[in-house]
Amino acid sequence: MPAKPQVPGLLKGLGVTFRTMMRPAVTVQYPHVKETPAPRARGVIALKEENCTVCMLCARECPDWCIYIEGHNDLAPPRREGGKPRRSPKLDRFDIDFSLCMYCGICVEVCPFDALFWSPEFEYSEMDIGDLLHEKRRLGEWMTTVPEPPALEAGAEVKKGKK
Amino acid sequence: MIAALVAVDVTTYGWVTALKVGVVLALIPAGALILGYVFLMKMMSHMQSRLGPMEAGPHGVLQLVFDGIKFLQKEDIFPDRSDRRVFALAPLVVMLSTFLLYIVIPAGPRLVVEDLDTGIFFALAVSSLSVIGILMAGWSSANKFSLMGGLRAAGQLIAYELPLVLAVVGVVIQAGTLSLQGIVGAQAAFDMSFFGLFTIPSIGYFIPQFFGFIIFMIAVQAELTQTPFDMPVAESELVAGFMTEYTGFRFLFFFMGEFGTAFAFGALASTLFLGGWYIPFGFHDGLLGDLQGVIVLFTKIMIVSFFVFWVRFTYPRFREDQLQTFAWKWLIPLSLLNILATAVFKVVF
Repeated sequence: MPAKPQVPGLLKGLGVTFRTMMRPAVTVQYPHVKETPAPRARGVIALKEENCTVCMLCARECPDWCIYIEGHNDLAPPRREGGKPRRSPKLDRFDIDFSLCMYCGICVEVCPFDALFWSPEFEYSEMDIGDLLHEKRRLGEWMTTVPEPPALEAGAEVKKGKK
Repeated sequence: MIAALVAVDVTTYGWVTALKVGVVLALIPAGALILGYVFLMKMMSHMQSRLGPMEAGPHGVLQLVFDGIKFLQKEDIFPDRSDRRVFALAPLVVMLSTFLLYIVIPAGPRLVVEDLDTGIFFALAVSSLSVIGILMAGWSSANKFSLMGGLRAAGQLIAYELPLVLAVVGVVIQAGTLSLQGIVGAQAAFDMSFFGLFTIPSIGYFIPQFFGFIIFMIAVQAELTQTPFDMPVAESELVAGFMTEYTGFRFLFFFMGEFGTAFAFGALASTLFLGGWYIPFGFHDGLLGDLQGVIVLFTKIMIVSFFVFWVRFTYPRFREDQLQTFAWKWLIPLSLLNILATAVFKVVF
């Protein structure tokens, strides 16, 4: 069967490319022009150390095994006179290796004590891959860039004892 | 024409020839760079809603220059089982065809390297030289992709040479000359009057030869192996076709040959159908005529190339059998009809 020329469709195609050419390009010239990422963008994971109880849930759930946690229990005075001394978990080491991390956010989801947060910061590339391992202090510094959580819905109950 | 202006003694002849060779040698990379930058890099990018090169010079104008410098630094690799002499010679043959094309194209009343009486015949003849270079490249690379690409190129270029030539025959019949300067002159003298009501000053043959123009442009698209007809270098099937094994400056030669030929064919199309360096109400002789001729011809080349590359960036590739069907069953009969119609009109009016 001979090929049947489909002229209107061909012209339509030419029109598409021409109109695209006339529209401004979507490219953002990154180092010169910076896009503001969406407020909840998954840029980097921040750690709020005082909330962490060294429960290891995040490290265990991490599909890439990129979270390294070490900790120990300090003893705190008992709540009542004559009682057993309480455990007070202390975090010695909390590292996230962002060269392994796949930004799935499971650690943030799974944390029962709100110690991990997403920050939209993304400019932390390094010349040496080893420097992508962010230690406890650096993860804590990202906390300053974490946006405020969205406001509660109208009529929602505020949990007691939470700030 | 330039040679006729100066007294022909040996030294002057030598100098003039050297000047001509130099001008043509400079034109090939200049044309390739302009088309490559304006259309391949910038226009294609914007048609795909991106910016293209932006860093090398303002808006990336120097990108291709730096790419060229990079190619010159690359190692000159010969495949182990290649036919070394043929392999080395092939890009030069392709380049030679481009080089010879520029010789007959007039850019002004006096600006033509050699105004041959059979100018258009010469141009079409040398343009098919590149097939030999491409076949040489495909055969000598000792690579099945190269061989496939070379054979596809040969089949395609030969098939589309016919409608190309036949479309030109219409122009030649109407102009009554094979000389490109003569064709420009005939178009300049050609005014279209509508039953004596009003007269459009000459804007070339593309209105009376409209079908010839369309057929010519389609055939040019295929001759230049631009996208709907890019089977010889189909990257998703054949890596890069006959260019697969080429690196460094030999690859650069193929690249410059491709875009230099595109520039030359743009010039040929403008000369044959759009009036060449001539515009109505302009200067038609002397230095001003030459200067204006260069600008006018360049503008027309850019307009023609815009359409060539616009089509290139819009359409997907033909299948090999569709390509041959299109040439033999559609374009060639249509161009023969065009010749017949032109001849009838020529005799009647």
